[in-house]
Amino acid sequence: MADPKLDPIRTETGRWQAAVDRSLARHPERRAQFASLSDIPVQRLYTPDDVARLDYLRDLGYPGEYPFTRGVQSTMYRGRLWTMRQFSGFGTAEETNRRYKYLLQQGQTGLSVAFHFPTLNGVNSDHRLSRGEVGKCGVAIDSLRDMEVLFDGIPLDKVTTSMTVNHPGPVLLAMYLTVAQKQGVSWDRVGGTVQNDPLKEFFAQKSYIWPPKESVRLLVDTMEFCARHVPKWHPVSISGYHIREAGSTAQQELAFTLADGIAYVEAAVARGLDVDHFAPHLSFFFDAHMDFFEEIAKFRAARRLWARIMKERFGAKDPRSLWMRFHTQTAGVSLTAQQPLNNIVRTAFEALSAVLGGTQSLHTNSFDEAEALPTEEAVTVALRTQQIIAHETGVANTVDPLAGSYFVEALTDQMEKAAQEYIRKIDELGGMVAAVEAGYPQNEIIRASMDFQKAVESGDKVIVGVNQFAMEEGSTIPLLRIDDSAEKAQLARIAETKKNRDNAAVEQCLGRVRDAARGGENLMYPIVEAVKEYALLGEVCGAIVDVFGAYQDPAVF
Amino acid sequence: MKKVRVLIAKPGLDGHDRGAKVVAKHLQESGYEVVYTGLHQSPEQIVAAALQEAVDVIGISILSGSHNFVFPAVMDLLREKGLGDVLVFGGGTIPEDDIPGLLAAGVKVLFRPGTPLQEITSFLQANVG
Repeated sequence: MADPKLDPIRTETGRWQAAVDRSLARHPERRAQFASLSDIPVQRLYTPDDVARLDYLRDLGYPGEYPFTRGVQSTMYRGRLWTMRQFSGFGTAEETNRRYKYLLQQGQTGLSVAFHFPTLNGVNSDHRLSRGEVGKCGVAIDSLRDMEVLFDGIPLDKVTTSMTVNHPGPVLLAMYLTVAQKQGVSWDRVGGTVQNDPLKEFFAQKSYIWPPKESVRLLVDTMEFCARHVPKWHPVSISGYHIREAGSTAQQELAFTLADGIAYVEAAVARGLDVDHFAPHLSFFFDAHMDFFEEIAKFRAARRLWARIMKERFGAKDPRSLWMRFHTQTAGVSLTAQQPLNNIVRTAFEALSAVLGGTQSLHTNSFDEAEALPTEEAVTVALRTQQIIAHETGVANTVDPLAGSYFVEALTDQMEKAAQEYIRKIDELGGMVAAVEAGYPQNEIIRASMDFQKAVESGDKVIVGVNQFAMEEGSTIPLLRIDDSAEKAQLARIAETKKNRDNAAVEQCLGRVRDAARGGENLMYPIVEAVKEYALLGEVCGAIVDVFGAYQDPAVF
Repeated sequence: MKKVRVLIAKPGLDGHDRGAKVVAKHLQESGYEVVYTGLHQSPEQIVAAALQEAVDVIGISILSGSHNFVFPAVMDLLREKGLGDVLVFGGGTIPEDDIPGLLAAGVKVLFRPGTPLQEITSFLQANVG
């Protein structure tokens, strides 16, 4: 198409291309084709021609305004830096409480609770499958008693807390709100996030309890409850992080996350909730992987695409319903057990891409996490990495500094289009619940992770210290060891809790949980009552399983 | 020639099955008969599956930190059921310091993160054909 502005550039590009071809004949490039980590083809050069269709006002606009490509706040980090929120939890509530106080002292600005696997799966520390896992990959929380200890001396009106837990999320939220109440903090002053994103569990993190449809119903109960009683709380963090860590590409991470979000908004609207009542409280969570520009493009495309979906598909009117706010974690899966100090460098680049992409909150991984949970020294370096980016590099001094880069804008467009294509396929399958039931995202992710592994083994993708620049490993780094004392402590505490509580009252509460699950009553109310009586997590989740049934892994590979 | 049968198992409550699935798929593509347990298996269930499927090899993938409990439990149960000659290997997030103890318990080899898939098939070829 003729274009008076682009024609001279196209002519010049043609001339330059001919010169490059002559040079290539003598000096070939490092490889025949270049591509991003997620296999998006990367051109030698980007020019105004590659962003010719970009309309500044339509596609970028201003920070804090639709379509929010350039950020959700008008001043972004000039006003306030992102929340530095290190995901942390290990051993017992006492040990984790000490780590929280240490991190707050070191300048961390929000808390993020890592629960151990039994809690994530809604069972107690004395369950047969909990053996050997208590307190190992997170903190053990079996009842309100543990939650009281976890936040002992931490004022819940002063810090915000993110809790990474999904199917049992409503129960943990009920415990948190009860602790706040006991501290004398009213629910309208409690801020934070519970991840509570059930669908991605079936194809990513795989800590699930009940089947897809039922789990979405429980999420909508939480959304409704929070919109009514806990206005500053995010009742869901729609999470791409685990999707990526399970082996997806960046495009799949973006698409499946938004498709999950669409499913939740649809379910809430079907419940009769006003989209502008709950949408401002939705939050998101993404991975920051190693391909620097691809990640920045992903974050920018995510904001733009979500704004368009909320406006065009759901007719949201409140600008706050259209903005996507997200937390980011650097890619755990990119860390290597080999030459662990290299992970500090990886994490720094990943964190920088999250900041250039406009994240609201960030977790930087520690260099020892390919092998264990972080030591105090390792987590301090990770937190300092964020502080160095914030205070020394100058990247937080202007909003969206990479806007207008031919490459970044072209890649942002490509990322958006690839995600739209996936979302279209998922719509055809009948939405994300149906897609999950059909195994669609599961199979896409397995395929992507096999492709990646093969590319690493063929040397097509380089991982420094692993498939290139490997060394004979000498000294090892000190690792955090969690012994079995946590297991003993938890078993003792469960026995003590059962002895000291009113067991008849607990039984009654669990009966009400079952009734609410069977009928249509919002489950959050009976869950809060059960938790207050010190019902164990496994008891409350078990009562819901009695009605909803349990989801089994289809064991497909 | 009879195909070598391999059980890939995910014990406990940890859902990180990417490694297990990639290994399972690779072994299948390399000509092995692969049975995958799916998630949330106890040592008893893993050994029962090994018995029922008459496997020659068990591969166990663990991220949760429960390796010092799971591997010895599986090895004891195998001996109890007369399956002492089933070859057991493992992989996942397992600190190097813990490896000697697990080998002493009878695990044949533990693959660390970053192991090429080829190394796993070479190991199986050398040890079970």
